[in-house]
Amino acid sequence: VHLTISQSRAASSANHIQPLLVDNAGQFFSSGHTNNWAVLVCTSRFWFNYRHVANTLSVYRSVKRLGIPDSHIVLMLADDMACNHRNPKPATVFSHKNMELNVYGDDVEVDYRGYEVTVENFLRVLTGRLPPSTPRSKRLLSDDRSNILIYLTGHGGNGFLKFQDSEEISNVELADAFEQMWQKRRYNELLFIIDTCQGASMYERFYSPNLMALASSQVGEDSLSHQPDLAIGVHLMDRYTFYLLEFLEDIHPASKTNMNDLFKVCPKSQCVSTPGHRTDLFLRDPGSVLITDFFGSVRKVEITMETINLTDPIKQVEQRKYSYVDQLPVSEIIHQKPKQKDWHPPDGFILGLWTLILLVFFKLYGMKHLKHIF
Amino acid sequence: MLTASCCYTDRRRGQLAALSIAAVVIIVGVPLWWRTTETYRAWLPVNQINELANLQLQLSADVEVVFARGTVTPEQQKKVPTQVVISLCLFCSSPLEADLSLHTLSESPCGSLVVYVIPESSTLLPEDVDVYIGQRRTALLRIGAQMRVGRTLEQLLAHLEPRIKQVLQVMSFSHTDITAALSDRVRLSPGNKESIADSMRAFKSSPGYEITFSLLNPDPKSHRVHWDIEGAVQTYIQPLLTKLAPLANFSIDSQTLYYAMLGVNPRYDSSRSAYTLNSDSLAHVINPVEARLGSNAASSNPVLNFLLYVPDAHHSPLHIHDHKKQEVLSNAFHSPRWGGIMVYNVNGFYGPEAVFPVDININMAKVMGVFLAQLRLLLGVQSSAPPPGFLVAPCSSTGLADWELDRLMWSRTVENVATATTTITSLAQLLDQIGNIVINDNIAQQVSSAVTSLQLAVAELEAGNLGFALQYSKEAILASERAFFDPSLLHLLYFPDDQKFAIYIPLFLPMCVPILLSLLKIVSEARQKRRERQAKKD
Repeated sequence: VHLTISQSRAASSANHIQPLLVDNAGQFFSSGHTNNWAVLVCTSRFWFNYRHVANTLSVYRSVKRLGIPDSHIVLMLADDMACNHRNPKPATVFSHKNMELNVYGDDVEVDYRGYEVTVENFLRVLTGRLPPSTPRSKRLLSDDRSNILIYLTGHGGNGFLKFQDSEEISNVELADAFEQMWQKRRYNELLFIIDTCQGASMYERFYSPNLMALASSQVGEDSLSHQPDLAIGVHLMDRYTFYLLEFLEDIHPASKTNMNDLFKVCPKSQCVSTPGHRTDLFLRDPGSVLITDFFGSVRKVEITMETINLTDPIKQVEQRKYSYVDQLPVSEIIHQKPKQKDWHPPDGFILGLWTLILLVFFKLYGMKHLKHIF
Repeated sequence: MLTASCCYTDRRRGQLAALSIAAVVIIVGVPLWWRTTETYRAWLPVNQINELANLQLQLSADVEVVFARGTVTPEQQKKVPTQVVISLCLFCSSPLEADLSLHTLSESPCGSLVVYVIPESSTLLPEDVDVYIGQRRTALLRIGAQMRVGRTLEQLLAHLEPRIKQVLQVMSFSHTDITAALSDRVRLSPGNKESIADSMRAFKSSPGYEITFSLLNPDPKSHRVHWDIEGAVQTYIQPLLTKLAPLANFSIDSQTLYYAMLGVNPRYDSSRSAYTLNSDSLAHVINPVEARLGSNAASSNPVLNFLLYVPDAHHSPLHIHDHKKQEVLSNAFHSPRWGGIMVYNVNGFYGPEAVFPVDININMAKVMGVFLAQLRLLLGVQSSAPPPGFLVAPCSSTGLADWELDRLMWSRTVENVATATTTITSLAQLLDQIGNIVINDNIAQQVSSAVTSLQLAVAELEAGNLGFALQYSKEAILASERAFFDPSLLHLLYFPDDQKFAIYIPLFLPMCVPILLSLLKIVSEARQKRRERQAKKD
């Protein structure tokens, strides 16, 4: 049995391989990433927040069009607008009142829907601390060579972003989550875009390297919506994301537009608020960062120069009888121990405690001491 | 007087009551509140973790140097504390046969090397080759011409030392390899472009990998393609994976996709009467296809995809061209940390008068040869050319030489140790910084076991036991990842102080105000009484 490598490993092979690496060098080393991920979150619920879902879906659409596959996108939508009872045009989500662009599309894949969009789940996705039963599509499986795009939209304030009208995430928590991602080398570079009121406050506290952030408005300013549609009855899109979508529609997978153009999207004349950006934590110069480094997924490729010459004949694999795999013990999984809740004192306890103390006090001293208290 | 004594005893009772309430609150209440509101934090071996942060790695590999007859004089033989081989198979015509016959002598454990020094006049190696690297863990080193006459043992050893070091760097590990493996822990400035490309291409160390073979048939109406993937995997791929078993678990699956197009339009080249894909458009091929590929949803292991594309009848034959517009022999390309794609032309198997659909059996040996080469690259077996004067033995039947496996094991062990150290130290730092996170017992146990495994791995690396070192490093990685990514570490991430005040003030302030006021009253009365007593004395 003899096996030989068809190109001997003498100096001659070096001549083939070296120039290839040098030629690819520009592509290889300009960005340092090998794969792209996107985490797109819409945090608002209720029909009148239609525009936030439309925002997120339009970014999702652009990102998919430019090449990032669904397996690398984590899409979190807090409410379902396309199939909402109040939607006069069911199964569609439009970005403009002329209804030419249905951003819902035919193959949207929502990973976290409805009440699953919580601060806890969002932070779990970012830091990777998900329970072991979470499927692949709900995980952010990035490595140290991944460029991640994070897009948040909803209602926000100075230093917080509101989730589902019931909880909020603060800028400190977000900065800590990014730091944990950096510690575990879960990203190579990260682009953070936020379209909320006072959005710039959310990136004020970042302190991890290789983060670039864009926001639709400064602290103290509100982000405004674009225009209402009288047929659907709500505002369809926010201004910043509307102009961002317009900008992204001109980008194709091979375009060389860089980040400086992205910073110019939606100036104050169009947006009414002042978009802001932060690049001090980013190592590369924004002018050399391509839009497709984050929004698209351009793979690096290398030609395969070597092959192995195999001469063994193929072994005959005996035909196995196929049978079902061991089934999951569903009944055991369902009847798990309930989650341990934190202990709280019983409700009447504090009230009873006050009452007891006050009763004892006044009994002993008499009511005339009331004047010391009040 | 009755009223005065009543008032006095009343007041006394009141004071006692206030004092006892204050005592109960302070002695019983405050500790109770403290205990019930503190977060459970199991003990972590912080000192050992801090020691890990300043880890010094020392790698040692056992090298056995064997002098063949004719290299040392008989007097020197007595002084050299190494085993001497009486006769090397000088009848062997090729170094390969010599290599094979040497294996019968001894089996070297993983991580160690044996270097056979042969005389300069030996005809075993070709003229311009000084070192022959065998398939297992052996190398044949030819003494240089200047060492022929009248040299002492010290001169001989001094001459051999740098050359043996060079052999070690090729076969075991070199400075650049180890720094590349440590890039997780220490972001050093990159050495050369080749090493960066290598580190970007290969998958990071992981406990398991999934390999998926996909056959893409965009034109089932014309081609009915059959491939014996099970047999091919068993014959060609499985031996390599079995050899790599100490490194990681591999799971293989395969699929066939119909009507899956490449997404890039190939151009017709009339000079070669074939369709061509040039290297610039290759980058855009992968994304549309990847959307259609399934994957095993159950595990989070990295996936290596190997695609075999059979072009449709209208676009056959399809060739890949490199930058110089030369046809690529293998007709395949690969993407770092993703997988490889090979284009398999079938137009040669049938003539123009064939009845469609045509049955086609794919030559799996050719296909697997390409995929095996790509698999080696993607798993981190380095492709850098050896230094001049070196001849490397052709590949063994498994596709991986023993010393290549050793190289991979060295760099993987170092990478695992670096990653586990980073994880543990950053976890300790995080838990220290955020005082509110609950540390359960299982996390503390994982951290302790990770620290222990790390220390053992470092010790084994120093001792040169590569197999054990790799095993311990794998255990360390598993434990540290489990500890870092435990879902329970997310609670109470950020609890600002003003929220704490807002919760406690309505509970405790109304309760504390009467107590405080009564205590103050007691103190002021006592002071007044003392003043009266002073006045009475005077």
